[in-house]
Amino acid sequence: MLKRHLLILMAGLVSATAFAQFRVEVSGVGLTQVPIAIAAFRGDDAAPQKMATIVTADLERSGQFRAVDATGVAMDEGSRPEVSTWRQKGTDALVTGSITRLADGRFDVRMRLWDVVRGQDLGGQSFAVVAGDLRLVAHRVADFVYEKLTGDKGIFSTRIAYVTKVGQSYNLWVADADGESAQSALNSAEPIISPSWAPNGQQLAYVSFESRKPVIFVHDVASGKRRLVANFKGSNSAPAWSPDGKTLAATLTRDGGSQLYLMDATGGEPRRLAQNSSIDTEPTFTSDGKFIYFVSDRGGAPQIYRMPSTGGNAERVTFTGTYNISPSVSPDGKWLAYISRVSGVFKLHVMDLSSGAVNAITDTTADENPSFSPNGRLIIYATHQQGREALMTTTVDGKIKARLAGQNGDIREPDWGPMQK
Amino acid sequence: MNRLIWAAAVAVLLSACGSAVKLDNVPVEDKSGTNVTKPGGAGTGVAERDVTPVTLDKNKIPDAANRVVYFDYDSYAIRPEFQALIETNAKLIKTDKAKKVVVEGHTDERGGREYNLALGQKRAEAVRRAMGLLGVSESQLEAVSFGKEKPVAMGSTDEAMAKNRRAEISYR
Repeated sequence: MLKRHLLILMAGLVSATAFAQFRVEVSGVGLTQVPIAIAAFRGDDAAPQKMATIVTADLERSGQFRAVDATGVAMDEGSRPEVSTWRQKGTDALVTGSITRLADGRFDVRMRLWDVVRGQDLGGQSFAVVAGDLRLVAHRVADFVYEKLTGDKGIFSTRIAYVTKVGQSYNLWVADADGESAQSALNSAEPIISPSWAPNGQQLAYVSFESRKPVIFVHDVASGKRRLVANFKGSNSAPAWSPDGKTLAATLTRDGGSQLYLMDATGGEPRRLAQNSSIDTEPTFTSDGKFIYFVSDRGGAPQIYRMPSTGGNAERVTFTGTYNISPSVSPDGKWLAYISRVSGVFKLHVMDLSSGAVNAITDTTADENPSFSPNGRLIIYATHQQGREALMTTTVDGKIKARLAGQNGDIREPDWGPMQK
Repeated sequence: MNRLIWAAAVAVLLSACGSAVKLDNVPVEDKSGTNVTKPGGAGTGVAERDVTPVTLDKNKIPDAANRVVYFDYDSYAIRPEFQALIETNAKLIKTDKAKKVVVEGHTDERGGREYNLALGQKRAEAVRRAMGLLGVSESQLEAVSFGKEKPVAMGSTDEAMAKNRRAEISYR
């Protein structure tokens, strides 16, 4: 009986806001979200990108903001808001701005953020960019607002990488953090898996099967130059960057089973990190570079372990379930996201590393490959929705989820890039 | 039919004087059978003395069906029924030291991509080791994995997944 009441309550709390770009699903109670009004930028109607819409979508996806209706408001960055009017609407903050086409074809974008509780101007920004950079500008505006109001760095102008499969064509994409503005970095007739951003945000390491076996490339995204860094006898997979960008950890089978090695990111002779007869794979460095989390079946079933990044004794990290894979550690080292098989289905779990407490944070059944945003507030992962592969973001508590704009076909293997310089 | 093939092979051996044909390499096709007159068969003159030369292809690679080893769920053990297939391939590889063979391991669709890559590797290694025990040189063999990336059967039925849990012997 209690359960039924709870279900009804939960259903009542679920609200969905539909945008052209994506869908944000909000569920759960006890959320502390900053109410914010984002007025349409003056000139949005005629502009190739709707600034206010993109900024709103970004902030909502973060889970830390709730959009307050600002339709029909004609303001720009020069307007002084009538504070009492906005307080009545129940908002704490207001974003205003404008977008104007310049004589040279570029766009002038200006914005201002107001604290309408204190009636305070929190500052503004201005940009002059080509049309192709307007989405990036909107993400920068969202980052500015996010940082001013939460004190944390925003991640909206970061990039993600992911892989799509359409028929027998595989593409490695680089896209904005909302999945939009995707550009293909690599097209191949053979599978591509495990893309991993270098800490400088300029290169991707990944596994390609183009030579009819898995080998590791490092690919400079801007120039398209690729370097084959691991093509040893057997399989070469699961590349992971050290935080200083100098070293790659990877799984090689050159000496028998799947084992962990370290090598220079430019290639060269790998150094074996551990030696055993079990599967060791999916290494990932902690952001201080001191530890490597990885998956091993040394205990009879795949579990997540960690060991010093110089090698040495491994300690087991996951203890519940018989299939725990694909670890991702939050940049502050507090959270571990991973995939656990529970009753035959694969679900994204988050562990509080200080207490060991674990939560399953999705209601989907084929979750894969979580990756933390560089500010540690969101996790991107692949899953199946309505029988199709999809990319989702979720807050660490699982309460706010968004399905990212996608390409056609199957979409998988997301990796969240670092903060942009 | 079998008897016919043997008869053909023997006939070729007897007639192809001077050619160094080994019994190991009997042809698997029986097309030469029609050109050999069975003892006591109705002779029709000159035709029965025709000889069609057959060149045995030492490099004859088994067809696709005879290069795939299937595995049980969550298993890397080679089932007894695949021993003969592995022996046939091993024998062939040993005859030509220049031959390179890649054993490609595959899994069904369940689970993570990287972990499945490691599981597929175990299947490939199992076949590679079995060939090593049969005397195939390490330098001719490479075990690699495609994980769950290259299924041969689509869908999530038990039957499809069983077809995907495999190691393919690929001649390069």
